[in-house]
Amino acid sequence: MNIAMLLEMVTEGDPDRVVVGPSSGGLTSAGLLEQARRAAVLFEKEGAEVVGYFGLNSEVLPVALFGAALAGAAFAPLNYRAPDEQLASILPRVAGGPLIADAAEVARLRSVGVSGGRLVTVDSFAASVASASGDAGDAAEHPFVDPESVAVLLFTSGTTSEPKAAVLRHRHLVSYIISSVEFLGCSPDEAQLVCVPPYHIASVAAVLSSLYSGRRIMYLPTFDAAEWVRVATQERITHAMVVPTMLGRILDAVEAVGAAPPALRHLSYGGGRMPLELVERTLRDLPAVDLVNAYGLTETSSTIAMLTPDDHRSAFASTDPAVRGRLGSVGRPLPSLEVEIRGEDEVVVEAGEKGEIWVRGEQVAGEYVGHSLLDDDGWFRTRDAGWFDAEGFLYVDGRLDDVIVRGAENISPGEIEDCLQAHPAVVDVAVIGIPDSEWGEAVAAVVVLRLGSASDAASGADEVSEAVLQEWVRTRLRSTKTPTVVEFRAELPYSPTGKLLRRVLRDELSAPSQ
Amino acid sequence: MGLQLKAGTRLRSAADTCEVVVVKAPAEPVDLRGGGHAFVAIDAEVTPLGVEAGFDGGTQLGKRYADEALGLELLCTKAGEGSLSVGETLLEVKGAKPLPASD
Repeated sequence: MNIAMLLEMVTEGDPDRVVVGPSSGGLTSAGLLEQARRAAVLFEKEGAEVVGYFGLNSEVLPVALFGAALAGAAFAPLNYRAPDEQLASILPRVAGGPLIADAAEVARLRSVGVSGGRLVTVDSFAASVASASGDAGDAAEHPFVDPESVAVLLFTSGTTSEPKAAVLRHRHLVSYIISSVEFLGCSPDEAQLVCVPPYHIASVAAVLSSLYSGRRIMYLPTFDAAEWVRVATQERITHAMVVPTMLGRILDAVEAVGAAPPALRHLSYGGGRMPLELVERTLRDLPAVDLVNAYGLTETSSTIAMLTPDDHRSAFASTDPAVRGRLGSVGRPLPSLEVEIRGEDEVVVEAGEKGEIWVRGEQVAGEYVGHSLLDDDGWFRTRDAGWFDAEGFLYVDGRLDDVIVRGAENISPGEIEDCLQAHPAVVDVAVIGIPDSEWGEAVAAVVVLRLGSASDAASGADEVSEAVLQEWVRTRLRSTKTPTVVEFRAELPYSPTGKLLRRVLRDELSAPSQ
Repeated sequence: MGLQLKAGTRLRSAADTCEVVVVKAPAEPVDLRGGGHAFVAIDAEVTPLGVEAGFDGGTQLGKRYADEALGLELLCTKAGEGSLSVGETLLEVKGAKPLPASD
């Protein structure tokens, strides 16, 4: 039971199906398996325990992933955008094998101490596995890899501390795939456009899910909305997964072109808080497209709950606020696992009550190099705040670490953000806690306004000031949740994978006043 | 007489071409059969014994087969003409409703 077994099964079931690249001239499942076997020979020659990848998306990613699996080595896609000091901490931890890197990154990697012998460029790696006459020689059979071995190492962004390496073992990833994906369940015309970077769990999961279902994968080297629409149109893409920041730009690009990609019929989104307005706009702009909101974590081998296309449509069509509000939920947990909301005393709370999201299941790894975070019963604390409604829909309220403690009151930013987001002039908003001498923390809001409603507009009835937004919150929530400070910005800081960088805002707003 | 299984164990049928991997294993040994004959280790040399009547429903690539009461679950990695059983009790196909794509 290892991830390479999934590829072997697809090859057994449909060896000629194109699984990576363009529909004509792409790599078949049998071709991918052969290249992965050659890659494994290369890795074994070097005695690799880990195979690092440092670059943009490319079609060698699945080859390296399955090659590492066949060789019993962990695959470690690294964040090529990480600053040098983070790289200096990460690189020694993946030193037990080759580092496949974009040619443009080689000089930088050498300068932070990676020895030349370990470095292989993406192009030369691709060349040696693409032809039998290359260094890799003949594809070979490989012994079966233990399901307990490490399949993938993913380094967290380390926004608050040194990056941690999340461990996903073969059994976690295989359990996730075989319990949630129908083997070769797709028709051969289905194609998935992957635009999340290689070091994101969704990228790893996309390779495995698409392959096992028989869906061809196309890569965008890096996300660009116009390019996304162009490739999706040209390659008759049917499926894609995007993070919230990408979706708005894609809709803008579709508007600019005047037509949605013709074969597109399924979009999943996740990886961060999705503004309700954007979900509604997507439903309006792309009525023929099925939407899925997926909630998952690196430590859970990707998705643990989803809002299905039917959930989206029935919520969108409903006039009942409780049903309509489900557009802001992450749907229901996958049937193959258990999700509970527990209070600070670790006791399960009732529907409607807020607490921490706990999860248990075969796909839940909950492990970092050196220590497991699972409790004795196998439960993993996500550190995400959330709640269930009466029908079992899960709402995620953000990270517990982001909760603002004002006096004795715990305030989750999500509720205030939703409230402000509902103001017609607000495009984007982040609510954070800033140090306050009286209350410990005070509520601050950083707001991006729609063009034309600038806070400093000298005239006009639609002027939106700090006071207007404070009053908006005060009348809808309560005074303790009203932001003490409202700051206006042209945009909010996001990571490339769509995570709002609250720490950046917190640092900026907490700096000693000028 | 049975096989002591653990998750990840790969087995092949002595009756036909079928191969499986163990997804969930009970603590006790299991009399696991394919096409009516006891399953053997994946690397065992076999001359296929043929499929017994009553155990000839076939095993499909990519399907999961389970005996929930026993805590046994298998994934078929190579198809065969025989059916999977524990003793003479046939295993059932685990009919999971496919989920919409989310990755």
